[in-house]
Amino acid sequence: MAELMYWEAIQRAHDEEMARDPMVICMGEDIGVAGGTYKATSGLYKKYGAERVIDTPISEGGYTGLGIGASYVGVRPIIEIMSVNFAWLATDQIVNTAAKVRYMSGGQLTAPVVFRSPGGTAHQLGAQHSARMEKVFMGIAGLRVVTPSNPLQAYGLLKSAVRCNDPVFINEHELMYNMKGDVPDDECFFPLEGSEVTRSGNDVSIFAYNISVHWALAAAKILSEKYDIEVEVIDLYSLSPLDREGIKQSVSKTHRALIVEEAEPAVGVGAEVMAILNEECFYELDAPPVRVSAVNVPIPFNHQLEKASIPSAKDVVDAVLSMLNK
Amino acid sequence: MEIADKKRLLQEMLFARRYEERCYEAYVERKIGGFLHLYPGQEACAHGVLEAARPGFDYVITGYRDHIHAIKCGASVKSVMAELFAKETGCSKGRGGSMHIFDVAKRFMGGYALVGGPFPLAAGIAKGVKMQGGQEICICFLGDAANNQGTFHESLNMAKVWGLPVLYVCENNLYGIGTRIDRSTAVVEQHKRVSGYNIPSNMVDGQDIEVVYEAAQTAVEHVRAGKGPYFLELMTYRYRGHSMSDSNAYREKEEEKKWSERDPIIILRDRLLASGDLTMDAYKAMDDEIIEQIEVDIIQYAEESPEPSVDELEHYVLADNDPYVWPKKKMARVKGREYGNG
Ligand SMILES: Cc1ncc(C[n+]2csc(CCOP(=O)(O)OP(=O)(O)O)c2C)c(N)n1
Ligand SMILES: [Mg+2]
Repeated sequence: MAELMYWEAIQRAHDEEMARDPMVICMGEDIGVAGGTYKATSGLYKKYGAERVIDTPISEGGYTGLGIGASYVGVRPIIEIMSVNFAWLATDQIVNTAAKVRYMSGGQLTAPVVFRSPGGTAHQLGAQHSARMEKVFMGIAGLRVVTPSNPLQAYGLLKSAVRCNDPVFINEHELMYNMKGDVPDDECFFPLEGSEVTRSGNDVSIFAYNISVHWALAAAKILSEKYDIEVEVIDLYSLSPLDREGIKQSVSKTHRALIVEEAEPAVGVGAEVMAILNEECFYELDAPPVRVSAVNVPIPFNHQLEKASIPSAKDVVDAVLSMLNK
Repeated sequence: MEIADKKRLLQEMLFARRYEERCYEAYVERKIGGFLHLYPGQEACAHGVLEAARPGFDYVITGYRDHIHAIKCGASVKSVMAELFAKETGCSKGRGGSMHIFDVAKRFMGGYALVGGPFPLAAGIAKGVKMQGGQEICICFLGDAANNQGTFHESLNMAKVWGLPVLYVCENNLYGIGTRIDRSTAVVEQHKRVSGYNIPSNMVDGQDIEVVYEAAQTAVEHVRAGKGPYFLELMTYRYRGHSMSDSNAYREKEEEKKWSERDPIIILRDRLLASGDLTMDAYKAMDDEIIEQIEVDIIQYAEESPEPSVDELEHYVLADNDPYVWPKKKMARVKGREYGNG
């Protein structure tokens, strides 16, 4: 077992998959010679060369489409999009081609491409570098969306995504690349579906994903130590499909649900989890489910405003206390 | 070109014309629904270019005006028609439709409805071929108006930088739906637009199949020799509206007349008549036979084929039981779950 940083875990998954299969390539802006904005592809250019570690022009729609076309004929591209805010330029190819081609060809063609991209609010990057996009992609039939909250998931989800025959969007986070965590020395794979019970508890189910798992865990600690409240934290590392069964199981035990998400509330992960609660276990609920979400604003530059626009562990604590009338 | 080949190409183009005209009728009869974009007038483009390539071996990709390109690649004329009729026996199992014809076994990689979408896909296919050391090239057919999309410029740039074996064929029919090219496009001669990417190009008459064939031979040789991308502009005209829902009211009668006198089928036919290699009777017999074949073999097949079952509505969305969704071996430990044993 080694302690790796999130970026190192991603780099290791790239390296293992590229060493195993000469058809695995990676591409993106500044990923080769420069080693990647987040170092996630560092060292690969030297090892695998320019044909397989491709520094692309700044053409998100173009190189995303190119990767999809290559995947039609046996290539397994891992495409890094420098920030999810730039992935909007690639949405046509991701949504209209990668996600639909299997269906509209009657199963003849598939686009086994991995798209990786960090989203979320870091430190004063401004409105056009701080937003998230998972709510867009998780609503698209034919596309898988996963989002690792720790190095093991980052490693194992990428390993599975590269080998899976579906297109997979991996949502990373700018603030998490230096986060440390244990990753087994032996090769392993994380399932592309399901959810993880990061902390077990009986009082409230907190559904979180990616960075919000850490806010939930910090809140759980405070709630336990200060208030004797034991929350369960469910890590929804798979956003599409969501783990209906896991959501239901947890709420059937706690009878209370709270969702914490970094994005604006409308049409998001929280909204979708609430719909699932309605459909799957409405009568298990002892209280209305609650969302702790970002404020509905473009992310501001000013540090204080920025902080106020996204949730924190304290917001989660407050929401749990109010839910329990404490 | 040998006389026998010219005669065969005449037959193929006439077949394409009658096939599309019959689609028109089927649409009017409401046997075909949705969008339907027809090819009459442009037959020499697909046939001339692909005659110079290796259909079924080389990869071909295009937009929504795709029936004839697929057929020239070797797609079954029955299954293409069945697809237009939205039947289970259609080449895309009735899930695609007129704009999404696919026959991957024949390396026809699809029809796509987003204008400009196929440009980077073609470059990607070429990248895959190059990585595997294949002799195939990828040929991408699109219209003139598609060149105003960013993907055109992005793809030309990448194809040149990485030396990809891709041939871009621009079927310049002077219009993007109802907008004439000079009203939408700063540089009307499309081949000039690729000079900024240092990509060799040519522009020729797209109505004379022998001219197209010759220009395409040079283009295909260039690409197959590993010299990188090539751009071929073919000047052509569509005889019908953009799609079935197009009134076609934006074109001058004079212009339509001028182009109808340059019908690719008539040009080749008259040349064969003049050289004594074809008689009018033989031509008429060929035409009758085609019309009969379309009616008896093709339309009947499409009509009698079953529709897809609603029970299979959700097939083909994702891979069936993909082994890496729930990895059987070496699954990581997932906390609080019994998925694997880590
Ligand atoms: C991205 C996108 N924008 C607009 C349309 C609507 N549209 C369909 S075909 C077309 C014109 C394309 O003209 P051209 O590329 O010259 O091809 P042609 O139809 O003449 O063969 C337009 C605007 C579309 N399908 N996709
Ligand atoms: Mg046009």
